[in-house]
Amino acid sequence: MGRIVLNRDKCKACYLCIDACPKKVLGKDKTVNALGYYPAAVEKQEDCIGCAMCARVCPDIAIEKVYK
Amino acid sequence: MEQLVYKKPDSIKDDFKISFCPGCDHGTAVKLVAEVLDELGVRENTIGIASVGCSVFSYDFFNVDIVEAPHGRSMAVATGVKRSKPDKIVFTYQGDGDLASIGIGETVHAMTRGEKVTAICINNTTYGMTGGQAGPTTLIGQVTTTTTKGRKAELSGYPLKISEMLKEIDGTAYVARVTLDSPAAIMNAKKCIKKAFEAQIKGLGTGFVEILSTCPTNWKMTPQEAHARVRGEMSEVFKPGVYKDKVSEAQ
Repeated sequence: MGRIVLNRDKCKACYLCIDACPKKVLGKDKTVNALGYYPAAVEKQEDCIGCAMCARVCPDIAIEKVYK
Repeated sequence: MEQLVYKKPDSIKDDFKISFCPGCDHGTAVKLVAEVLDELGVRENTIGIASVGCSVFSYDFFNVDIVEAPHGRSMAVATGVKRSKPDKIVFTYQGDGDLASIGIGETVHAMTRGEKVTAICINNTTYGMTGGQAGPTTLIGQVTTTTTKGRKAELSGYPLKISEMLKEIDGTAYVARVTLDSPAAIMNAKKCIKKAFEAQIKGLGTGFVEILSTCPTNWKMTPQEAHARVRGEMSEVFKPGVYKDKVSEAQ
C-alpha cells in the first residue's frame, strides 16, 4: 500500500493529480486552504499503489513525499 | 517497511513558494530541472541564470546560486559565468519571449560559439507575466491581448520554430522539444533535460531543451484544456522530438 504526503496549504487546485492517479485515490477537499483554494485531498488512501504519478504532475510540489 | 519513492528535490529550497498560476507547467519544468541537478549530483557546483518573465522567480525556488540577467541576455551572462568559472555547471531558465524574441541575438551567438552551457526554454506561445501579449511563438489565428482578432501572418509574421532553427547551429550538441502534458511526457522531458546537461558536462557544446508549456491564465482555459491544446494545435506546429543528439553519438 502506498502513502501520499500532501501539503494542503501549497495546493492551488489545478487537480492535475486527480486526473493522473490511475486508482482515483485523490479527490477535492470541501474546505479552503491558506491560499483560498479547495485543495486536492487523499480520499482513498487504502487504494494507493505508490506510483507517484500525482507527485510527478504536481506543478506546485504540494505532494512532497510518496511512500510505497 | 515503507519505501520512499518520491520526494521534493533537494535542488528546490526547503521554504519554497511556487508563485506561478494554478496548473502552470512552469512549476513542473522547475521541478524537473531540480531533479536532474540532484541526479547528476551537481547541485553544489551549479550556477543558474534567471531571465525576465514568469521565469524570473527562479531564485525563489532553485537551491543553487542564481544570477539575474537583464531581459533576453541570459545566454550572454551565462557565457561570462561559464568562461570565468569553467568548472561550474551553468544553466539558463528562460521563456520564449526572453530567449526567442528580445534575446534571440544573444541565444544564437552564444550557441554559435558553442558555449558549454545548458538552456531551458519554456514555450507557452504568449507573454505570460505581462498579461498575455503576442510573442514570437504565438500561433497563427491565436487570440492574445495584442492580436485580438487572431494572429495574421501578413501583419505579424509566422511563429518562430526555435528548436528547428537552433539545431542548424554547429555549436549546439543537444536540441530537443518536449511537452509536459502527461506523466509519460514528463518522464521523457526529464530524460531530455538530463541529456542537455550531459552535453555541457562532456564539453560537447550547448544543450538546449524547448518545453511546450501551458499558460492557463492567459489562454483562458482550465489546466486540463490547456494540456489538450498542447497535445493538439501546439504540437502540430511545434513538433516534439529530439532534433539533435551529439551526446548519444559520443557514447
